[in-house]
Amino acid sequence: MATINLTRAVARDLRAAEPARRGGLRRRLRRNATAYLFLAGAILCFAVFSWYPMIREVVMSFQYTNFAGETKWVGLRNYQRVLHDPDFWSAWRTTGLFTLFAVVVGYAVPFALAVVLNEIRHARSYFRLLVYLPVMMPPVAAAFLWKWFYTPDDTGLFNAALHAVGLPSVQWLQSSHTLAVLCLVLFSTWINMGGTVLVYLASLQGIPGELYEAAELDGAGLLRRVWHVTVPQTRLILSMMLLLQIVGTMQVFLEPYVITGSANDTTSVVYLIYQYAFNYNNYGSGAALGVLLLLVLIAFAGGYLWLSRRAEQE
Amino acid sequence: MSASVTPTRTLISQAQLARPFGRAAYWTVFWVLVALFALAFLFPLYWMVSGGLKTPQQIIQTPPSLLPTSPSVTNYATAWRDLDLGRLILNTTLYAFGALAFQLVFDVAAAYALSKLRPVFGNGVLFAMLATLMIPTTVIVLPAYLTANDLPFTHWSLLNTPWAIWLPSVANAFNIFLLKRFFDSIPTELLAAAAIDGAGPLRTLWSVVLPMSRPILGVVSIFAVVGVWKDFLWPLLVLTDTSAQTVNVGINQLHVGVPENVFVAALAIASVPTIVFFLFFQRNIMAGLTAGAMKG
Repeated sequence: MATINLTRAVARDLRAAEPARRGGLRRRLRRNATAYLFLAGAILCFAVFSWYPMIREVVMSFQYTNFAGETKWVGLRNYQRVLHDPDFWSAWRTTGLFTLFAVVVGYAVPFALAVVLNEIRHARSYFRLLVYLPVMMPPVAAAFLWKWFYTPDDTGLFNAALHAVGLPSVQWLQSSHTLAVLCLVLFSTWINMGGTVLVYLASLQGIPGELYEAAELDGAGLLRRVWHVTVPQTRLILSMMLLLQIVGTMQVFLEPYVITGSANDTTSVVYLIYQYAFNYNNYGSGAALGVLLLLVLIAFAGGYLWLSRRAEQE
Repeated sequence: MSASVTPTRTLISQAQLARPFGRAAYWTVFWVLVALFALAFLFPLYWMVSGGLKTPQQIIQTPPSLLPTSPSVTNYATAWRDLDLGRLILNTTLYAFGALAFQLVFDVAAAYALSKLRPVFGNGVLFAMLATLMIPTTVIVLPAYLTANDLPFTHWSLLNTPWAIWLPSVANAFNIFLLKRFFDSIPTELLAAAAIDGAGPLRTLWSVVLPMSRPILGVVSIFAVVGVWKDFLWPLLVLTDTSAQTVNVGINQLHVGVPENVFVAALAIASVPTIVFFLFFQRNIMAGLTAGAMKG
């Protein structure tokens, strides 16, 4: 029975292959035409909303452009304008500080938490569910919620908490630039850490138990096991998440836009791009700033690509 | 739950935990974490919901009270009416599921063509798509916005139409990458067998490839829906009409002049759809998230 089926299949195979050999070119043309028909929708969307805007971004950065669509070549004037704008350096300082805090707080805390959670043998879904809840909130709603928590007078939740333990109230967003940025990072970490914690947990579960066993036999204590087994074993995912986090936080927009406005100099780079376009109707300078941001991000993304290459090789 | 003790050993050995000191330490850490998680992730939500139940006097009282004294749902009714939340939620749902449909049709078709039909310059097209992963959408947001306002050749404006959300969502290289990788793992012999049976490429895609690809289609679908619900900068630019806005943009636009307690009630209502969605699909969402991140 099986042999009969097999021979029949081979015969059919040969018959099917026959016209291919005869009309090779026509068949190939048809296959290519079908393939590009399948690809057409995606290619069109990529072309209009990704590829063309990328080219246009660079072109625009050398032009004067406004919403009405008037354009005029202005050479490097947009770049000069952006570099001489005091807001430019202030925006980079805010973005840099945000990224730095996000790395210290938003990167270390989820990892430490994941290491501890991985040891917990009870109520695992409780922890996973809760840490992921904020991720599922509409981010603007969550940002306004935190803005309300940060209320400077004693009606705010955080100040009420300080009062409850006998501490004086704090002007969270209004007192200093550093504290305001830190407040934004705390919110950002709260809403985003669910995803990172789950990714770390998944990679921690891939560590072979024998490694801990061997380390323990060699007399390594708890902290040394973390440092010499856990960290090296998750090194790759750790460095990939670090780069993703840096590239992500460099583009921060929502937090300063919703929570602080431009108060206390917390305008970020992307927020400044937005302001050039929609407050000053100067799309060219916004594009020039975008090109500069892109160059910085490409340096990081290049690092990411290099790392994931290495990940595939290992 | 408690019965499913992990068989593989982790940082701390089972034997160590069984000792009296180990057990005491374990349960201390456990209950501290339970309390900490409730405080960090549940309490803010409780504060939001209960804040929405407070009167204007009570919400600005010092110190704030833990419980609303005379809870009433009028704030919620006012918020629903004044911020037009029904419309915002309906808009966002329409955009999310439309984006999902467009991504499923165009991205699946494209990934299938690149993986199985392999046309000339296919690798070039794939490379050009993947290259966009290096350039975040926030950086090219201005030229993309001007393009959406005045499409090349046709000069149509997509602003304040669902197309402004749907079509750009198709240009998602990460989807193409995930789908193509999955399709690559489907044996070619299977497709050849279908071809021998006289199935064309579309028929093969529909009756052979898609039924095998349910897991990856689930991941892509969840990313599509959640992506639209979480996006802010792009809808802020392209949806300027209040009648067309998403939850994120609408809340941002309409909060001026709304009393604090009503606004907090509005935030609570706005959070309900995604949180309910999450509670329904939590397994798929979490599995998809880790799968996507580990492979990406």
